[in-house]
Amino acid sequence: MNQYLRNLNASDQVGAMFLFVFGCLFVASVVLLMLSLREQAEDATGEMRRQTLVHANTLLRSSWFMVIVFWIGWLSGDLGATILFALVSFFALREFMTLSPTRRGDHRSLVLAFFVILPLQYTLVGTRHFDLFTVFIPVYVFLAIPVVSALANDPQRFLERNAKLQWGIMVCIYGMSHVPALLLLDFPNYRDRGAFLVFFLVIVVQTCMLVQHMAARRLRRAPTAPAISSSFNWLSWCIGVGVAALLGGLLAGITPFKPGQALAMALVACAAGSLGHLVMKAIKRDRGIPNWGSQGEGVTGAGGLLDRVDALCFAAPVFFHSVRWYFDL
Amino acid sequence: MGFFLLGLIRLLTGAQARWYGCPPKAEQRIYFANHQSHADLLLIWAALPQVLRTLTRPIAARDYWTRTPFRSWITSAVFNAIYVSRERTADQDPLEPLVDALERGDSIILFPEGTRGHAEEPQEFKAGLYNLAQKFPHVVLVPAWINNVQRVMPKGEVVPVPVLCSVTFGAPVALGDGEPRKDFLVRARQAVVALREV
Repeated sequence: MNQYLRNLNASDQVGAMFLFVFGCLFVASVVLLMLSLREQAEDATGEMRRQTLVHANTLLRSSWFMVIVFWIGWLSGDLGATILFALVSFFALREFMTLSPTRRGDHRSLVLAFFVILPLQYTLVGTRHFDLFTVFIPVYVFLAIPVVSALANDPQRFLERNAKLQWGIMVCIYGMSHVPALLLLDFPNYRDRGAFLVFFLVIVVQTCMLVQHMAARRLRRAPTAPAISSSFNWLSWCIGVGVAALLGGLLAGITPFKPGQALAMALVACAAGSLGHLVMKAIKRDRGIPNWGSQGEGVTGAGGLLDRVDALCFAAPVFFHSVRWYFDL
Repeated sequence: MGFFLLGLIRLLTGAQARWYGCPPKAEQRIYFANHQSHADLLLIWAALPQVLRTLTRPIAARDYWTRTPFRSWITSAVFNAIYVSRERTADQDPLEPLVDALERGDSIILFPEGTRGHAEEPQEFKAGLYNLAQKFPHVVLVPAWINNVQRVMPKGEVVPVPVLCSVTFGAPVALGDGEPRKDFLVRARQAVVALREV
């Protein structure tokens, strides 16, 4: 079996991987459906079970969503993937900006962010200008945005407004654009297998979040920062990151890393992703909202796009730069 | 073109419709909403379901929406809008085109403030809504709150910015028996403002 998979060419291997993931999700969906058909008692335990089912359902839905996005990204090739992630960036930034009150003076800066910076950043990714792409936003954009804002002639809460805008650009554009960059990164002897790197990153980060969440529910430890998150504590965080790092080590076979390297890379990505999720939670608390997406509860009852990708937005740049630096690419 | 425009509005604003208090239904209605930007017209048009969109005609200010050929084409060919003049002339009733449309059985979208407001709260409502309610007692009056549009395209800018906007439709308001004009207009305005918090 293993030998057979090794002998396939790159795109067949990636295809097999997607088949495997879709299979897993399908089995999970069927199991959940079975469980939801079972009659629940009308008491407290039944109620709790129902809650757990609802929660598992949302989790499964967002997993389906992400896998399908990645699948389409892979199917459509380098250009398609870049455009797809640019769109995800666009919608995430739209959500972020909706919930950060801006003033009239910010209009030009916002136009710049959406219609100039975002396409430029993804063009740089698509054309593999990795050196410029890593400094374009932190250097050039961060100095240009305040200039445009200052020219708008509105001093009220100037620093705060600019910080919000730059933070939105950093998370939604800069962070997200590292995912297609991973797809395009050229490892020696690892051509066209970038999809595995993205898969590796997503699976370890999602596992970390999931394990951390479950550990927090099981252990019921006092939260470290109760005003920000009612579930985050260091013990369950360590468990989450640890389990995900081990999984990363086991998955070394699909990456260009040796097991030790894979473990370390997974560790770095998970730490960044889970702590980034905490940061986004803090921003949400600051705005007084439970989740991104349109105001209050969306029609579907689901959270926004940004809730689903925020951990990835923090993990991707850290992972990308660790890989690039360590392997000197 | 209408399809393209719809896609563009959805891409920029989401144009989400939130129906609280009444379902989207093909009965004759007057939707009345707060007015903060010329784009209000586009947003409420895009938020309505396809079936209702063809039955519902927005009111457009004649001086603004007929100034360029593009604007007048878009309001007449795409929105099927009803033009009203904002300047009063002595011999003409400004409500006349609205009355015509309602008599033909169309639903309409009305901004009873008359002009765009720049404050947080909408201005006081003009009497037009009351007059129409009196003339057409069978038409259902649905209040709507349009959120965030002024951020998409503030006055004097040409490029819109993507921000999520929503239109919240509330429970219908009916004109009471012998209710004074002022009371009704205040009540209608409150119904619109109350939707902001939903």
